[in-house]
Amino acid sequence: MREFTDGSSAIVRGALDAGCTFFAGYPITPASPILMQMMSELPKVDGVAVQGEDEIASIGMCIGATLAGARAMTATSGPGLSLYSENIGLAIIGEVPLVIVDVQRLGPATGGATTVGQGDVQFARWGTAGGYPIIALAPSSVSECYSLTRRAFDLAERFRCPVFLLTDKELNMTTNTVEVDEYDKPAVRARTALPSSEPPYRYLPAADVPSLAQYGGPGVVRFTGSTHDERGLITKTPAKVAQLNEHLRAKIEDNAAEIELVVKDLQAGASTLFVSYGVTAGAMREAVTRIRAAGKAVSALTLQSLWPVPEAAIGEALASVRRVVVAELNHGQYRREIERLARGAEVVGLHRVDGELIAPEAFMESVR
Amino acid sequence: MNPPTTVTALSTYRNQTPYPFCPGCGHHAILDRLNEALNDLHIDPNKVVLVSDIGCSGLSDQYFVTSAFHGLHGRSITYATGIKLQRPDLKVIVVMGDGGTGIGGAHLLNAARRNIGLTVLVFNNFNFGMTGGQHSTTTPSGAFTSTTPGGNLERPLDVCATVAANGAGYVWRGTSFDKDLSARIAEAVRSDSFALLDIWELCTAYFVPNNQASKKTLTTILDGLGLKAGLLHRAEYPEYAAAYRKATLPQRGLSLPAPRPISPVFESPLTRPFRLVVAGAAGGKVKSAARLLGEAALLSGLWAAQRDDYPITVMTGHSIAEIVLSPREIDYTAIDRPDAMILLSREGVAKVGAQLAAMRPEDRVFALPEVADVRTSAAVSVIDLARLPGSLGKGSTALYSIAWALKELGVLPIEALLAATARQGSQYAEKNAEAIRAANA
Repeated sequence: MREFTDGSSAIVRGALDAGCTFFAGYPITPASPILMQMMSELPKVDGVAVQGEDEIASIGMCIGATLAGARAMTATSGPGLSLYSENIGLAIIGEVPLVIVDVQRLGPATGGATTVGQGDVQFARWGTAGGYPIIALAPSSVSECYSLTRRAFDLAERFRCPVFLLTDKELNMTTNTVEVDEYDKPAVRARTALPSSEPPYRYLPAADVPSLAQYGGPGVVRFTGSTHDERGLITKTPAKVAQLNEHLRAKIEDNAAEIELVVKDLQAGASTLFVSYGVTAGAMREAVTRIRAAGKAVSALTLQSLWPVPEAAIGEALASVRRVVVAELNHGQYRREIERLARGAEVVGLHRVDGELIAPEAFMESVR
Repeated sequence: MNPPTTVTALSTYRNQTPYPFCPGCGHHAILDRLNEALNDLHIDPNKVVLVSDIGCSGLSDQYFVTSAFHGLHGRSITYATGIKLQRPDLKVIVVMGDGGTGIGGAHLLNAARRNIGLTVLVFNNFNFGMTGGQHSTTTPSGAFTSTTPGGNLERPLDVCATVAANGAGYVWRGTSFDKDLSARIAEAVRSDSFALLDIWELCTAYFVPNNQASKKTLTTILDGLGLKAGLLHRAEYPEYAAAYRKATLPQRGLSLPAPRPISPVFESPLTRPFRLVVAGAAGGKVKSAARLLGEAALLSGLWAAQRDDYPITVMTGHSIAEIVLSPREIDYTAIDRPDAMILLSREGVAKVGAQLAAMRPEDRVFALPEVADVRTSAAVSVIDLARLPGSLGKGSTALYSIAWALKELGVLPIEALLAATARQGSQYAEKNAEAIRAANA
């Protein structure tokens, strides 16, 4: 049996099923439907949803609530993500689990408020000072909006860091048909209480992530956005600062294999590989069906995790092709990641920045 | 959701570490009074969260044994709000300087407006002590700072009047020298409302030498500005975290949204995707009529996608719905060349020129008489509104026209559209059914 629904509703359902208890956000097209639905739904689970006075307040409230025991999500679009920037860094250094939905629209600035874009891909990765890693997932269908939201909550808990769900205006606001029994429901780990005898932070082994310390429990909890030691006290001791920052890097980069998520559709004999993500991957699937129906071979790779770069899967997909077509609604932001992994294959960008979708025909014309 | 409380009060809430502040800095006294207030309040240190931000006052939380949050410049109130909303039982005390008050002004104003139960201690020493003595939003007019070398031209912010006028429950102004400061802090924490204490003090590194300031200067500045000290405002507004829970209690336990599956009961002859564009005007119920068509498609065993386009000012201009109907999953939802179009208004037609131009003779256009003069290669038929009962009004035109076109196109049975309408269970269901039947009479 099928239902007729949109990405915003799927994200809200995914969040609620993942155990989300707190949401704060500020109205912005095309992310507002998530805010409005969370306002209606969270009280049902004794949760809290609040409309902040701006995006800075919204993400700030999410960070505070998380440390007091909530599982929090916020949702915005490019202009709001700009205002999240400094607090994203705070969530990184303070190791706060947090799901950030960025419903991308065409930028820069106000750009096209009601038009689609995928221009925040590198911004999500590098959008706060310091350059420390985050995790980003990108659903390419309404059903993936549901499953990857669940996955985002699980990864946020596992790695205690901001996890982005990069969607777009089309996925969130276009109603589509979903096979109800085929919703993937990845497990979402519960929060484990940190024993009060343990300090709130731990840096060794570097890639390990201890449980989150929460306010109001049996022990005192210290949190800071400054470089800090394991007790949460500010430190400038180089050896300790190095340990902290190495931990922030290693916990994500050294565990990249655990985060990596792609859909491989590789065909023997294909000399062209399509690589895409998000709504553009939908057109890619349609193109692949038509190309193969016409008797030609082609391979396709849908990236469901964008950060850290799923290098193992990309490397495998690249191994047997001569040409890679990277399709995205920007000027080639992710293409640069593919180029550095291409090892001699020709890398071609398929771009569109006029607020319209890349059509299947554009993929079909790019096959060799 | 809150674990049972065991009070382990302490004789001091300070740790052993000496304060890091300059000799004579007012922060020493304010924090000592805070410690006395916590003693007086007799609270479990685990149930207190000291929230600070950037500036010398932001160092404060490290000298206490309570829980603490040290965040970004001017944003302490936002974190404190999140903590209080999640755990209303915790005592959340915000320590901020006049710098944080300025950059975080919007948060201060809105926290007051909500009357969220935080206690805000403004360490107000009229300048940025940590970054070199620059002026802040509370620097008195004429005062000398490193960024007002000729004297401050701006008028200082009256923090107390601002929050008092906007919903704060408790507002006090005084100085770090005041004997009743610890009692006032305790009173503010007990008030369980948004409480703000504007505590004037001396920055001995910058403000004092730049302005030859002394304890007496604080009074001179107050008098010069015509400001009052002491308890300035008390009000009984509902505290936000408690009010939120009270207001949302009736919703507790209600069922969460779940998939609303549609079982196919009809059949469609479609063997390939069929792309239909409905171009109308705002207020014409284009989106809701298109949604019914989408649901009718699912009732007919098809897949459907609906993509809407309308201006940001939603009650004027065009309203376009693009509907793809397909015997298989729809991965691409845009319509470059429609198989059919339904034209309902000039506003809509003005937006679909490229799609009309892309159409070919085998494609179909259904248009209301006033927009039937379009340029397209497709075959144009005029929708006859004569059969639409006048009692249904203009709001039924979109659905009537879709039903009209459906009869001609045969992509799914008209009964499916009627069944989709019946599923609505809304006040419009009967009117909608009437419009569909009229189009097919």
